[in-house]
Amino acid sequence: MRRWTDAEDYHDTMECIDSDVMDTVLEAVRGYEPDSYTESDVRRALGGDPGVEGFAALLSPAAAPLLEEMAVAARDETRRHFGNSVCMFTPIYTSNHCDNRCVYCGFNCDNDIRRATLTPEQVESEMGAIASRGLREILILTGESRTRSDVGYIADCVTAATRHFSTIGLEVYPLNTDEYALLQERGADYVTVFQETYDPVRYAELHPSGAKRVFSYRFDAQERALRGGMRGVAFGALLGLGDFRRDAFACGLHAHAIQRRYPHAEISFSLPRLRPYKNGPSGPAPVGEAELLQVSLAYRLFMPFAAQTISTRERPGFRDGIVGLSATKISAGVSVGVGERSGTEHGDGQFEISDTRDVDEVAAALRGLGLQPVMTDYVRL
Amino acid sequence: MADELVLGGHRFTSRFILGSGKFSLDMTRRVIENGGVQMATLAVRRASSDGEGNILDHMPEGVTLLPNTSGTRNAEEAVRIARLARELGCGDFVKIEIIRDTKYLLPDNRETIRAVGMLADEGFIPMPYMMPDLSAARDMADAGAAAVMPLGAPIGSNKGLLTKDFVRILVEEIDLPVIVDAGIGRPSQACEAMEMGCAAVMANTAIATADDVAGMASAFRMAIEAGRLAYLSGPGRVLDRRAEASSPLTGFLGEPR
Repeated sequence: MRRWTDAEDYHDTMECIDSDVMDTVLEAVRGYEPDSYTESDVRRALGGDPGVEGFAALLSPAAAPLLEEMAVAARDETRRHFGNSVCMFTPIYTSNHCDNRCVYCGFNCDNDIRRATLTPEQVESEMGAIASRGLREILILTGESRTRSDVGYIADCVTAATRHFSTIGLEVYPLNTDEYALLQERGADYVTVFQETYDPVRYAELHPSGAKRVFSYRFDAQERALRGGMRGVAFGALLGLGDFRRDAFACGLHAHAIQRRYPHAEISFSLPRLRPYKNGPSGPAPVGEAELLQVSLAYRLFMPFAAQTISTRERPGFRDGIVGLSATKISAGVSVGVGERSGTEHGDGQFEISDTRDVDEVAAALRGLGLQPVMTDYVRL
Repeated sequence: MADELVLGGHRFTSRFILGSGKFSLDMTRRVIENGGVQMATLAVRRASSDGEGNILDHMPEGVTLLPNTSGTRNAEEAVRIARLARELGCGDFVKIEIIRDTKYLLPDNRETIRAVGMLADEGFIPMPYMMPDLSAARDMADAGAAAVMPLGAPIGSNKGLLTKDFVRILVEEIDLPVIVDAGIGRPSQACEAMEMGCAAVMANTAIATADDVAGMASAFRMAIEAGRLAYLSGPGRVLDRRAEASSPLTGFLGEPR
C-alpha cells in the first residue's frame, strides 16, 4: 500500500496503523500562511493560552519584533511548569551504518566515512564511561539500518543501559508497535523520531532512497511507540530543510494531536537545525539563532507542559541562554561519533557539535544561571 | 493545649507543607527554616540513592518526609513507588499522586481511592492528592487516608483557591485534615484556605517562582499562621445582602421583656 504522502510503497515489514493524525495535521498546515499574521495577532496570542491560531501567529514573521515579549512569557510558563530544573542526559551512538541517502546527513550511506557498530562489550564499556560522569539518563542512537543494527541488537543495547541508567530513550529508525513493546519491556521508555520536514514533496526530494521514503510510516512512529507502551515521545523537525515556520507549525500540531489522543503521554520537543556536515553543503534555508529561539518560545507557549531539548549543534552561549527560557533538557559530554568515549572503536560523527563541554562544565554553567541540573527524574516501574 | 496537626498519629505544630523540586536543592534548608516547615515532599523519582542532586542530603534533621508518587498512572504503580520510598528510608508517609494527564496534571480520583486502600493495608500513611469531590473524599477516608489533599487550582498555576466552594464542603463533611495541595500562588490565598478551616497548605511553585524564594517562604509561614489563628478565633460572619447596624435596630425598646 501507499498513502498520499509516500514516495514509495510500504515495505512488507511495515505496520500500518489506523490513525487520522497525519491527515488532520497536514490539512491544517496546508492552510497556514505565515505572512498573513499581524502584530496584534501576536499580542493576542501572548495574552493567554494561544491555542492553534495563536501558535501560528507566534511562529510568523510578525512575531519576530516581539521576541523579547515572547521570551518573558515563555520564561514564566517554563518556571511554572518546571521550576528551575533542567534535565541532563547524553546520547550514545552505537552504530552509524545507515541504509538511507538523506542528502543532508553525515550518515548517508553514500558518504565515505568510517563506519562502526559497537559490540555488546563495547556498548557496555561506553556506557560505563558515560555513567561514571554522573549521568543517569541516556539516549541510544543508531543509523537507520535494519540489517546492521536490528531490533535484537537495539534491545541488547537497552538491556546494557539498564545496568547504568534510570532513564533510557531511543532515537532509532521507526519501528512497529510490537517492536516498541519489546524494547519497552527491555527497559526503554522514551522514543524520539524526527520527521525532518513535514512537507511531503520536500521530504521525497531529501530522501531519495531507503525505508525512510515512506513518509507516513515515519509520521505514525510516535503513535506506535505509545501503543507499544512507551511513556513518552519526542518530536522534531530538522529546521532549515524546508520552510521552517511551516515545519515548526506542523511539528507542534503533531505533538498536540498526539497529546489529545494519548493524554498520559509525556511530550517533548527537540530543536535541531541544519548545521554544517561532512561531505556536503549547508541547507537550502538556513535558520538563524533568533528564528530558532522564536520556534522554541512558540512551542513553550503553545504546549507549556512539554519538555524541550536543546542540541549540542548550538554554541554554549546560546544553550545557556535558552535553558530557563524555554528549553528544559540539555545534553552534555556529547560525542556524536561511534565508540569515542571508551576509544574501543571509531566511527565518524553525524554532524559537528558546537558545545563540547563535559557534564561538570554544563552542570556548573546551569548552577551559575540559578538553575538546578537534574540527573534523574524517573523511576522505571 | 497546643494547636497541633495530627497525621497518622504524628504531631506537627507547623501547617505549612513544602513541595520541593522546583527550586535549587541548596535553597532547601533556608526555605524550610524560614517557612517553619516540619513536613516536606520529595519526588521519589528524583531521589536517587546515589550521585549528585539527592534531595535527601539537603533535608534538615527533624523534617518529616512526604514522598510522592508523581509519575505514576495507576494504583499498582503508586504502591511500587511507595515501597521504593520506604526502602530509601523515607518513612511511612506517602503522598499519592496518580495522574493520567500530562497537560493539566489533574489527579485521577478513582485510581487514587484504590491506592489509598492498598497502601493503608501495607501500613503506609496515605495522603491522597485529589480533585475536591465529596464522594471520592469519603471513599478515601473509608479506605484509610490520613488526610485528603484537594487541589485549589491546577498544579503550578498559582491561581489560588478556584475550587473554594468544593474544598469548603470537604472541610465541613470530612472528618480528616483537609490540606489544600496545588494552585496556591500567594500567601493571601494560603491564609484564605486556613481561615476556611483547612488543616494545612502545601505549596511549591508559589515559593519557587518568587524573586526571593526564602523571603516568600517566610511570608507563607506568617499567612498560614494568621489564617489558622483566624479560624480558631471564629471569624465574624459575612453578611449576604445588607449592612447590619452594630447596635440592634430594636435597641430603643427600653422595657425589659
